Amino acid sequence: MFGPLVCKPGSSKNNKTGSWRVEASPVFLHKNCIGCKMCISVCPEGCVSGTEKNKMEVDLSFCKGCGMCALICPKKDIEMVKEETQK
Amino acid sequence: MSNHLFSPGHTACAGCGQSLAVRLVIDAAGKNTIVANNTGCLEVFSTKYPESAWEVPFVHSLFENAPAVASGVEAALIYLGKKDSINLIAEGGDGGTADIGLQSLSGMWERGHDILYICYDNEAYMNTGIQRSGLTPFSANTTTTPKGVKSFGNPKMKKPMPEIALAHGIPYVATSSIGYPQDITRKVKKAFTIKGPKYLQIHVPCPLGWQYPSNKSLDMGKLAVETGLYPIIEYENGKLVSVRKITPKPVEEYLKAQGRFKQILSNPDEIKKVQAIADNNIAKYGLKSESQPETPAV
Repeated sequence: MFGPLVCKPGSSKNNKTGSWRVEASPVFLHKNCIGCKMCISVCPEGCVSGTEKNKMEVDLSFCKGCGMCALICPKKDIEMVKEETQK
Repeated sequence: MSNHLFSPGHTACAGCGQSLAVRLVIDAAGKNTIVANNTGCLEVFSTKYPESAWEVPFVHSLFENAPAVASGVEAALIYLGKKDSINLIAEGGDGGTADIGLQSLSGMWERGHDILYICYDNEAYMNTGIQRSGLTPFSANTTTTPKGVKSFGNPKMKKPMPEIALAHGIPYVATSSIGYPQDITRKVKKAFTIKGPKYLQIHVPCPLGWQYPSNKSLDMGKLAVETGLYPIIEYENGKLVSVRKITPKPVEEYLKAQGRFKQILSNPDEIKKVQAIADNNIAKYGLKSESQPETPAV
């Protein structure tokens, strides 16, 4: 194969890395959230979104379950829950 | 879903400090940015053919030549009359910056191109299996500086890349850490207001190579800064304009949190050597916060 190889921008979204989660996934409790957006800021995957308090969401089709959002949350409003115990 | 310029679905490890830093950098730089990338973890996990996580133009050529590629891109943009509206980033890991890519980086600084070079410093060649690089800290266990009966890990000091950059007389040299996400955003935005070659070195903890749980990446970044082992500094035109002040913590707190320093924890002499590095940084850059008392009142 010769010449430059060009890929479509942002096409990594086809790659659903959510299947990588092995232990726990984050559950956003939506109780004490103050909308500081630290969870958006620290997600290495960039899969947490939201603009208002108690409206933050995580896209579990990409979340790898690292747990950084749960650790940084100042109100402990995010919990890491073992997958098999979730409904 | 997200409106980041670095998309999810890349293949970085869970809790990767580098993928976080990259997203903060590119979001701060904005969509009118062209990125040239050295080979390394970042290039491998963000552009798994035929997919790409980048939503800005991205060029990868070789391990050592991102600054040279970016220099060529700059020349082309000047010819087309488009340079003023476009930001240029050349970036690489610590190996691509301090060892393999140092010659082309030095050339970029010397020729004075208007490019921001970013070094993502995860302190070893993580992508190929944790080999020692020029930026691996003293005493870290890597596969090429293994711990053993007579070895305490890496016997050499970290290469002073910010000082090498300063010696080229470039207008902006800074370090940052993912422990302080707002600091990265601020420094990238500031760098693009300055004309000429710029150097930013970002400390990006690596759960795989440093051997700590994947949710602790930010804590590792903060601890490195708070112990004085990774000073956050900012130089403009050769003058130190800002440092992050700290109330120094003992280096043991940083060392014991990571598997790569396990071999020196039982040896007070080795810990003293690491503490001496931190003390030297604290004295050299004046990191100690003045409002805090030297020893806490009993």
